[in-house]
Amino acid sequence: MSEASLYQAFSTVLKRDLTLAYRTRTEMVNPMLFFIIVISLFPLAVSPDPKVLQSLAPGVIWVAALLATLLSLDSMFRSDFDDGALEQMLLSVHPVSVLVLGKVLAHWLVTGIPLLLLAPLLAVLLHMPSDSIPALMTTLALGGPILSLVGAIGVALTVGLRRGGVLLSLLILPLYIPVLIFAANAVSNAAAGLAIAGQLYFLGALLALALTLAPIATAAALRISLR
Amino acid sequence: MWLFFHKLGSPKYFYDLSGKFLPWFGGLTLILMLLGSYWGLVVAPADYQQGDSYRIIYIHVPAAWMSLFVYIVMASAGAIGLIWKMKMADVVASCSAPLGAAFTFLALVTGSLWGKPMWGTYWVWDARLTSELILLFLYLGFMGLEAAIDDKRTAANACAVLALVGVVNIPIIHYSVEWWNTLHQGSTVARVDKPAMDVNMLIPLLIMWFAFMFYYGTTLFMRARNEVLYRERDTAWVKEMVTE
Repeated sequence: MSEASLYQAFSTVLKRDLTLAYRTRTEMVNPMLFFIIVISLFPLAVSPDPKVLQSLAPGVIWVAALLATLLSLDSMFRSDFDDGALEQMLLSVHPVSVLVLGKVLAHWLVTGIPLLLLAPLLAVLLHMPSDSIPALMTTLALGGPILSLVGAIGVALTVGLRRGGVLLSLLILPLYIPVLIFAANAVSNAAAGLAIAGQLYFLGALLALALTLAPIATAAALRISLR
Repeated sequence: MWLFFHKLGSPKYFYDLSGKFLPWFGGLTLILMLLGSYWGLVVAPADYQQGDSYRIIYIHVPAAWMSLFVYIVMASAGAIGLIWKMKMADVVASCSAPLGAAFTFLALVTGSLWGKPMWGTYWVWDARLTSELILLFLYLGFMGLEAAIDDKRTAANACAVLALVGVVNIPIIHYSVEWWNTLHQGSTVARVDKPAMDVNMLIPLLIMWFAFMFYYGTTLFMRARNEVLYRERDTAWVKEMVTE
């Protein structure tokens, strides 16, 4: 048996995770429902006045997306940890960080992309001006992968714990703050008709940084959690 | 130098050495704190704009400096523990976290107490205040993770990874928050422009900073010695000492 190349290993993990996600479709829908429900709570709690909603919308959508991602993170390593697949992954000849990247990409494809596609609908619900919807989608496209990448570190650290859920949010949410600031700010600026290139560059830079460093940290954390 | 470094990694050597240093550190803390407080509260002149209420900086500023310093110590100790598997580095990191959180909390509380008479409100979403608050969250996350993992060695390593991730993130958080604030609006609260500091105000501030440093050293040693005894409770030297 010849050894799989690095790319093959990466794509195998990616395909496997996507297949698994497809087979548990209902579970994958839950974060989306959460996203919609949280956002529909705001008009009820604050005010149905379009002007108020309009000014709140970028922040509300982004906070809800953040929380929905947070909820979905736990499934990233949980089932693999329970059935021992994760240990096999650590024993493989390939760098764990590459395999982790495959899993993170799969996570983003099954949670980040649906959130991205739902966002315009919710933006309409919250009376956001239509000019700012492309900006909202761009920030979600750039920021979503960062949420998955950084979140993976937290999940890897807490995967061995029985009740890691609340702890996970304590660990991860402070690290999400820069993404939230730049993304929500870009969307509000777009709604006000201002330039957003600066914020998008920052998000891109954060994405590049997370893409290079987070898989390594996640791999280290997994090795510690599985000792 | 390397010999000293290796020796310091041994819990027994650390225990003996820190025992010798402890009274000196404690004494210096006390002297510096008394001197700094007296100088700062009595000798230093009142501020021409803020009157006497500026004197809270003798607690506030050193605490804020320490909150960052302790995080750096914690992360460095975590890295050392992760790379060289030094037991003592783990102990230092885990004992630093509550101290750092305490300094951060102190800085926040004294800041808001000062803010009430000066800005007219306890809290503003000012960039520095916000990033200090986030720093507190990072400390609490560190402590939460440590408490959640039963095995001390695993806990220390996991926390070290978290602390290192935090170190990469602190500057990003800091600058993003600063940027967020300046973009939102200029500070609406009347900000007192700091005049160049009088030497008589600066010296006690530095003294207080040293006092805080030594206070941190003292409490760190006390906590670390406790922790060492607990972690090494099955070794011969601890048993010998306890039975003596």
